[in-house]
Amino acid sequence: MLTYILRKILLGIPVLLGVTVVVFAIASAMPGDAVMAMITAEAPSSEELIAMRRGQLGLDQPIWVQYSTWLWQVLQGNLGRSFITGRPVADMIFERVPYTLELMGVALLVSFALGTALGVVSALRQYHTTDYVLTVAGFAGVAIPDFFLGMLLVYVFSLELRWLPSSGMGTAGDAFSLVDNLRHLVLPAAALALFRTAIFMRYARSSMLEVLTQDYMRTARAKGLSRITIVLRHGLRNALIPLVTVFGLTTPTLFGGSVVVETIFQWPGIGLLFINAVIDRDSPVIMGYVLITALIVMISNILTDLAYGALDPRVSYD
Amino acid sequence: MTDASTTFIVDEERQRTLWGDAARRFLRHRLAVAGFIVLSILVLACVFAPWVGQFDPNGIDLRLRNQPPSFAHWLGTDGTGRDIFARMLHGGRISLSVGIVAVTISASIGVVLGSIAGYFGGRVDLFIMALVDMVLTFPRLVIIIAFVAVVGPSILNTMLVIGLLSWPAVARLARGEILALRNQEFVQAARALGTSNRVIIIEHILPNIMGPIIVAITLDIATVILLEASLSFLGLGAQPPTASWGNMLRDARTLSILEGLPWLWIPPGVAIALAVLGINAVGDGLRDALDPRHVTDGGSE
Amino acid sequence: MNPLRDISGEAEANRRPLLSVRNLTVEFVTDGGTVHAVNDVSFDLAEGEALGVVGESGSGKSVTMQALLGLLRQPPARITAGQALYRGRDLLTLTEAEKRLIRWQEIAMVFQDPMSSLNPVLTIGLQLTEALVAHKGLDAKAALEEARAVLELVGIANPMLRMRAYPHQFSGGQLQRIGIAMSLICRPSLLIADEPTTALDVTIQAQIVELVVRLQKQLGMAIIWISHDLALVAGMVDRVAVMYGGRLVEEAPVSRLFDAAAHPYTRALLRSIPALNVEGTRLLSIPGAPPNLLSPPIGCSFSPRCVFSTDRCLGHLPEPEELAVGHRAACFELGRLKAAPPPLVAAASSSAPPAQHTETLLRVSDLKVHFPIRKGLLRRQVGSVKAVDGVSFEVMEGETLALVGESGCGKSTTGRAVLGLLPTTAGRVNFRGTDYTDCGADLRRERTRQMQMVFQNPYASLNPRMTVGRIIGEGLRAQTTLSRHDQQKRILELLDLVGLPRRFIGRYPFELSGGQRQRIGIARAIAASPRFIVADEPISALDVSIQAQIVNLLEDLKQKLGLTYLFIGHDLSMIRHISDRVAVMYLGRIVEMGRTGEVFRNPLHPYTRALLSAVPHPTAASQDRTERIILKGSPPDPSNPPPGCRFHTRCSIAEDLCRTFEPDLEVDVERPSMRHAVACHFAS
Repeated sequence: MLTYILRKILLGIPVLLGVTVVVFAIASAMPGDAVMAMITAEAPSSEELIAMRRGQLGLDQPIWVQYSTWLWQVLQGNLGRSFITGRPVADMIFERVPYTLELMGVALLVSFALGTALGVVSALRQYHTTDYVLTVAGFAGVAIPDFFLGMLLVYVFSLELRWLPSSGMGTAGDAFSLVDNLRHLVLPAAALALFRTAIFMRYARSSMLEVLTQDYMRTARAKGLSRITIVLRHGLRNALIPLVTVFGLTTPTLFGGSVVVETIFQWPGIGLLFINAVIDRDSPVIMGYVLITALIVMISNILTDLAYGALDPRVSYD
Repeated sequence: MTDASTTFIVDEERQRTLWGDAARRFLRHRLAVAGFIVLSILVLACVFAPWVGQFDPNGIDLRLRNQPPSFAHWLGTDGTGRDIFARMLHGGRISLSVGIVAVTISASIGVVLGSIAGYFGGRVDLFIMALVDMVLTFPRLVIIIAFVAVVGPSILNTMLVIGLLSWPAVARLARGEILALRNQEFVQAARALGTSNRVIIIEHILPNIMGPIIVAITLDIATVILLEASLSFLGLGAQPPTASWGNMLRDARTLSILEGLPWLWIPPGVAIALAVLGINAVGDGLRDALDPRHVTDGGSE
Repeated sequence: MNPLRDISGEAEANRRPLLSVRNLTVEFVTDGGTVHAVNDVSFDLAEGEALGVVGESGSGKSVTMQALLGLLRQPPARITAGQALYRGRDLLTLTEAEKRLIRWQEIAMVFQDPMSSLNPVLTIGLQLTEALVAHKGLDAKAALEEARAVLELVGIANPMLRMRAYPHQFSGGQLQRIGIAMSLICRPSLLIADEPTTALDVTIQAQIVELVVRLQKQLGMAIIWISHDLALVAGMVDRVAVMYGGRLVEEAPVSRLFDAAAHPYTRALLRSIPALNVEGTRLLSIPGAPPNLLSPPIGCSFSPRCVFSTDRCLGHLPEPEELAVGHRAACFELGRLKAAPPPLVAAASSSAPPAQHTETLLRVSDLKVHFPIRKGLLRRQVGSVKAVDGVSFEVMEGETLALVGESGCGKSTTGRAVLGLLPTTAGRVNFRGTDYTDCGADLRRERTRQMQMVFQNPYASLNPRMTVGRIIGEGLRAQTTLSRHDQQKRILELLDLVGLPRRFIGRYPFELSGGQRQRIGIARAIAASPRFIVADEPISALDVSIQAQIVNLLEDLKQKLGLTYLFIGHDLSMIRHISDRVAVMYLGRIVEMGRTGEVFRNPLHPYTRALLSAVPHPTAASQDRTERIILKGSPPDPSNPPPGCRFHTRCSIAEDLCRTFEPDLEVDVERPSMRHAVACHFAS
């Protein structure tokens, strides 16, 4: 088991390096000398000062030296300073990450649970009305863009019905309360969750259908076990295995979705930070965000692999 | 794939053909047929936008600002008096063409690289797959936005950036299909018969992987349309005054506009949903029609 | 024999049958139409009786049994008529809850493929005990104890430990034992075994058969054994029911079936099974193919293929007639058949005297093919699977050498290495004097012109998106420079040669049956006129009645075109008919080799003896069977073969010498002219 993890990490290192190379390349191409801004305390001012500073820091060296200098800084946790606020990018990101994780986490869990349940039901009721309705609903679910859905939800629930707030994470001015926080979470999480629910439903349905045709299901029926036992113990247990892979693949898409949803709802997470940085041309923040999201995706990939291995006894760990 | 060398041998008892079977399966899929019809209407309307739309999408008329739908302007007008319906149709042209161009780029690169990786294996495979893994580590929208931040927003850039960053998924799919196929007995038979690698790829491998790849490409067009819409919505895609479905939604920025002028933003959103729905339905139908499992039915004497 | 069977007929008549099926009819609604899978099937089964149900794929035997337990999904299945009385209650009209009570407690099943009928993510222990817990409400401890007992009953060592293992950690034979154990856990009165040994090697099959026969006597339960192998079933059951095209065509006690089979299909079936003790005959095949169940024949389902059929047979359904006590058959021409010669295996009718083979075409010397095993952090090679580990043989021009052995012995790997489809680790492959081992491009081209292969799986060896014409012509395009017109001509010639209509040239494989596809595979292999053909299990994937057709075709082509064959297979009775010489392989080495007749009559190696004794004899019921040698255990892991003689772990006469020194393949010194070679220290 340990060798397996180590191997995965070992194989992940070239990819990680490649990721850093890409980030570095984009950062170098960005306006405003993002590279230097990531390694110094000051924001760049005049051209001569920039040139001088670059010389001091060894940034007029060949590009691979720049890269290694930059990389060394990054590994120490120095993601540079924002052009706009001057604050360390790492701080800006880490203080807002919890909010994004809260949003993504809730959306992921809800969509996984609901989507899987609906998909399984749909598979069990194949050829019946329920299946058709759910399938069509699933198609509709993946067709509606996150932002449009967000706008619709605000329109219906905030403006017309006045049930839920339309923006922010908590009511301005009030002290933090969990209930208030959750009230504000409902609409953004729903906007983020619908698409994923439909995706999980589709994969759960096809996985369950595949499982239902397997011989061991016939054996279970021949044994005279109750329907629930057959579906849950024999069917679901097997159907969940491929879904773990889908779970892992959904994480990257959640980041993209969170960028849009946080923008609409002004949810103070790193997605909103990212978009504002793009508009303001705050290159260090942009690159810091890209790097962090890539890192989180890599970690989630490894965790998905492990979960898959834990669920499927046929996977060997050497 | 009819064989040109089968001259004049009449086969009266023939009941099924390869493409006839596929067409029949597609037509049986009601949702796919419905999607196809909806999509065709949409595409045709957008292609013939100037004639169907009647109004100039950029024709400003400050006297007719923010008019609700009427007989003259079927979907009303926006903040500068431009006809919404015409803007929708022209915007559709943008969204659809970005979808098609970007997918063409990514599919071309992806199929070629994935096939090479899958067929030849070894170090080439490792290298290409490392590249694929690397690009796929970045969330798709995020990396696209980052690139656009470098090169600047425009329709052309949108097409290029999306196209050049979407090939890994297709490559992975193509590689998987080829790996599965490489060990099939008919490929081994071809090798035993002395068929060259080039001919094996062209005659044996490609025709048999085309099915899943066509389906994946079709579904990807829908995904790209959503990506372009997201980009435009964030202000990073088609720039005003050019209309695209995404940036029309951007106009409804404030809560008052959201509430008071629903015809401004609901139609483009619905248009996106319908287009994506139609494409997904057609893709699903294609998946059934081109399913390789159906091609191995047994026959009778 | 089962003690209950000794009760006189009178007592049996008084006793109500355990199972009484009447007029069972099952249909399937599919995209292509309605498939009439089971038509008007009726039979009885007494308590403790063993019934064999024999038929080819599509005969409806499995569907009939699954209908009894309510295992058919309805839709797409539909039981349109009939009743199935189990101890007086109609199984088909029970509610779902009532059916659940019957399942496993009264009637249990063993399925064909143990690997797929067991749930891969649940432990064996759980799968064994869950039925017990569900039906009898036992607590965990008691259930585990029961499970342990039943695992010991079927011969699984270390049951308490093995119960925590998962299905993929067992071999095929062990899994089937577990499947049997699982079916017995509630002590059912009726066990339905649906082709339980079809997926297993011959020697493992013998083990399982012996186990089931023993258990049936021990537990006194009734058993229905479904199989396509008439000879196999004969040795285990009291009565046999023969099904064809969804109908029951004949039913009789075993000995009567073999001595006096009445129905033309049964007789044709008996004739097309090659026997082990008749040499040099041509197999009598059944012309045509099994019926299309989408539009079954109006009359007798066998009539389109029947030599005796008349217009009445084609248009009307014959009712079953009682010919003797317990012997029924459904056929209009029974009277005419009575006068026909007895249906025993065909007399010798060889076409030509055995040819003198003199020129050595292929010489394989010490061939080794090893596959690396990689483990660990850096995927270093830790060992290798020694699939072929030192194999030497020669094939003379014009002869057929057969390579036989069970799965994992390396015979297919040898065939592919000879053809250059796999890289050789060591050894030489020499064809007509030229060394082709690991050769360059030019020699490879030369090799494709000289030798070709016929593949095993007719469903996977043809490109589904290519027409028949293009498939057959592939070799012509790759190896020759014939014009398109000449290629076309040759392809049509080839279609004639393999017995297919010329109009098939534009069809796709999915429109054709398995037998037809295999003919195309053969046509493709001989297209550019090679001299040497490696046939890799060419009939294993085909129905029994089609196998004989293909074997005959291969023989005919060999005579007509002067071919030489390396025939790889595991069906010893077929091998007997088609080969001149045979080499028996075990775990990557040849253990015995010689002229076919000699080796089969006088096997010297213990493994060969066990292999031959494990093959079911069709006339077993009416004669004393030669004692069946049951091998213990299963074949060892090819990555770690046992030291010394590889067979010693399963050999009944192994001694210390065998555990240390590996015997060489040596010609039997007593009769050197026979050229009968064997690798054993104690062969005599």
